[in-house]
Amino acid sequence: MFDDVKEIIVETLGCAEDSVTMDANLFDELGADSLDAVELSLAIEEKIGVSIDQEAMVNIKTVGDIMDYIENAKN
Amino acid sequence: MTGIKILSTGSCVPRRVMTNDDLAQIVETSDEWIQKRTGMSERHFVGEGEDMTYLSEMAAREAIERSGIDKSDIGVIIVSTVSGEYYSPSTACLLQSRLGLVHDLVALDVSAGCSGFIFGLETIRALMLARNAKAGLIVGAEVLSKKLDMTDRTTCVLFGDGAAAAVVALDDRPYYSEIGVDGDEEMINIKVSDGHIHMDGQGTYKFAVKTVPEVIEKVVEKAGLTYDDIDHYVLHQANLRIIESIAKKVNQPMEKFVVNIEKYGNTSAASVGLALDEAYKTNRIKEGDRTLLCAFGAGRTWGTVII
Repeated sequence: MFDDVKEIIVETLGCAEDSVTMDANLFDELGADSLDAVELSLAIEEKIGVSIDQEAMVNIKTVGDIMDYIENAKN
Repeated sequence: MTGIKILSTGSCVPRRVMTNDDLAQIVETSDEWIQKRTGMSERHFVGEGEDMTYLSEMAAREAIERSGIDKSDIGVIIVSTVSGEYYSPSTACLLQSRLGLVHDLVALDVSAGCSGFIFGLETIRALMLARNAKAGLIVGAEVLSKKLDMTDRTTCVLFGDGAAAAVVALDDRPYYSEIGVDGDEEMINIKVSDGHIHMDGQGTYKFAVKTVPEVIEKVVEKAGLTYDDIDHYVLHQANLRIIESIAKKVNQPMEKFVVNIEKYGNTSAASVGLALDEAYKTNRIKEGDRTLLCAFGAGRTWGTVII
């Protein structure tokens, strides 16, 4: 699962693969802005089948936050 | 003849240019922030002696002149706008008089936010068919600078003023469109009570990049074409990032997308017409080319037409 999310992040943000760690901050470290966050949520919905609504997206800061959200949604 | 052909276009934007730096004097923002998130460098705001009706009239005059038609052939006038000078009469009525057109015509304004130009085309075609009109005049025009809350930096940097017009005629080619509404009042609105544009930027972005590729797919399929068969994509100029995202989703090169957002910002109902006008005048779109027009916006509306 992490690899799928990593691939989506690299594809969407154009960042280096090895910069995508669980602790990496999407905005401060990986260069995302608010519109990238929307693109990320859409790509995750399309490729992983988990929809992240706008309110939840506000609380997502790190790659780990995305993983937690997906885990919770799947269970 | 059930298709519609654009015979000519015209445009008019206000003289006054507002750069990103000009806006940074008014609200806390910066050229870099605006460019990175929207692709906009400047937009035009009306000044002394200019208003929405004036911009519409000038754009329409140019389109009529360039069309070479006898203006008495115009049997329908549609003005797509949300920012006219009057609730009533319609701007279309004012144009009948200012342009000296015949009395035997239908003139009405269409309110469909940023989808206005496409909703206008759909409407004018239907009315021209019903009335067997030889020619029609469609105008998309906005003066959104008067609808901005200049203390709200999330919206006031995004919009501009302008007008675009087209003279159209019925045509024997088939007509393909895909128009829809998912009625919503929150995503983007202009409330009568305060007269300001309110917008959920992220929600709008999501709506656009999700919905537009779907409707483009539908209209292309309906026409029995593929994405590659479309020579030019003229999308509503809301945000460069939206256009880039859509281009990626339909797997077409950005070179096929007409973009002039850097100069005008989001001019709502005028934007597709302004882009089209520029593409015709620079000979980028040539006679016989296949062009897809697509717009989306307030009310959660969308519309796409292949011309």
